[in-house]
Amino acid sequence: MHLVLFFLFAGFCLAGAVNLLVQSHPINSALSLIVVMVSLAVLYLLLGAEFLAIAQIIVYAGAVMVLFTFVVMLLNDGREELTYGSHVARSVGFPAVVAIFAVIATVILRAEGLGYAHLGAGLNAAQGLGTAKDNSNLVVLSQVLFHELLLPFEVTSVLILIAILGAVALAHSEGAERTVEK
Amino acid sequence: MTLVAFILWSILKVAVVTVMLLMGVAYTVLLERKMVGRIQNRWGPSRVGPYGLLQPLVDGAKSFLKEDMIPTAVYRPLYLLAPILALGCALLTIGVVPFGEPGIAPKGFDLFEISDTNIGLLVILAITSLGVYGVALAGWSSNNKFSLLGSLRASAQMISYELALGLSLVGVVLRAGSLNLRTIVEQQATLGVATWNIFGGFQILAFFIYLIAAFAETNRSPFDLPEAESELVAGYHTEYSSMKFAMFFMAEYGNMINVGCVATLLFLGGWTSPFGNLIEPPQNIIVHALMPIFWFVLKVFCFLCLYVWVRGTLPRFRYDQLMNFGWRILLPLAILNIVGTSLWLAFR
Repeated sequence: MHLVLFFLFAGFCLAGAVNLLVQSHPINSALSLIVVMVSLAVLYLLLGAEFLAIAQIIVYAGAVMVLFTFVVMLLNDGREELTYGSHVARSVGFPAVVAIFAVIATVILRAEGLGYAHLGAGLNAAQGLGTAKDNSNLVVLSQVLFHELLLPFEVTSVLILIAILGAVALAHSEGAERTVEK
Repeated sequence: MTLVAFILWSILKVAVVTVMLLMGVAYTVLLERKMVGRIQNRWGPSRVGPYGLLQPLVDGAKSFLKEDMIPTAVYRPLYLLAPILALGCALLTIGVVPFGEPGIAPKGFDLFEISDTNIGLLVILAITSLGVYGVALAGWSSNNKFSLLGSLRASAQMISYELALGLSLVGVVLRAGSLNLRTIVEQQATLGVATWNIFGGFQILAFFIYLIAAFAETNRSPFDLPEAESELVAGYHTEYSSMKFAMFFMAEYGNMINVGCVATLLFLGGWTSPFGNLIEPPQNIIVHALMPIFWFVLKVFCFLCLYVWVRGTLPRFRYDQLMNFGWRILLPLAILNIVGTSLWLAFR
């Protein structure tokens, strides 16, 4: 059952990714990326990481991709032009991707100690694998995050604050320069 | 239970709950028209059946029979996809909402909830985040400047108030110690009204923040500038007619019901009675099963009446006032609520 679902959603993921490359209008590419994000979330769910799955949907599909979609909608550039460069990229790029994929697959498959992922491990409540509510994903993750990894957590939040301030400062100064020029 | 049994049982639950939700949506429209009518000292629909009760059926028939116009220059795939996205997200949330007691049916057959997940609350927030796409894509694909502006305003409003909405729920989660919706409700049942999160849990500030953020999230008055007729024609759904427009309409009322369900689960004690665990559950198994559903529906109904009451009473916000309010007042208040709740729980 888990295997069927894995193949189905991995198929969606791959189809979305290929569609992203093939489409000429950027809005179709953006929507294909959303399909990829949601399929990845389902794959995380199949591996038993339910919190990560839902965080993927909330953050990536629900916030980051909304931003991408807004940018595409506002810029409204229209369809991609097929220039000489893009024809070259297509004829060179496709074999290059196949070659790189072969290299990565070989490296991964030869690594020691890799079994196959136990699909469905850690899934509780839904499948009746015991009511392990105390050991749920979320509890373990939060314990690690707020005990061992507290310093990186706080430093990351300061980093995000700096990024926000930087973006506001950049946007503000650009606007001020424009009014000064007039 | 076997996989096939699980799938069939889930399909049955989904079918029943979806039909009930769609009927609820249709009659919420009627509730709004009657109640806004009474607020404005007129009757509202009263001709079609006793007290206008058959009006939603006639409205549905009208929506199907209207001419379905598609302007020539719209971007067709997204034009047709947007109402489906909007309505789909509005109908999905009910899948994780528990509306009755868990222990009634035999083990494995969860009777009053479609899906019991440990992250139920996050699923609701995720679906709310995905609901922005329906609005954004509708306005852009309509190839109409007013629609684009309306949809951008609506989606900016939705993503701004999503933050305050999510943060206001953190206080409830802190108190319950779990994101599982059943756990949150059962924890409010100990003393009835006194331990509902709104009173005994001291989450009354969070409740009001949630209420305001929910009004803005569902684009309802007083935050309905993106769809006000005198502003941007009809905003993002200007170019839609007949059933596609009806789908946006149903999505809006479906979101209202979802927000009402979440508010009752998290703040008003869900399916538990106002007396909580102080009185014995009734002996008769049928009454024991149906009473919680009655309480749940009653609380959601009160919430919907509040929605309609506010729509009939308050004037709407200007867009800059709306964004100012969301970012500079609601968000800090929600964060303060989290800090206050954490301090209270730490020193309890």
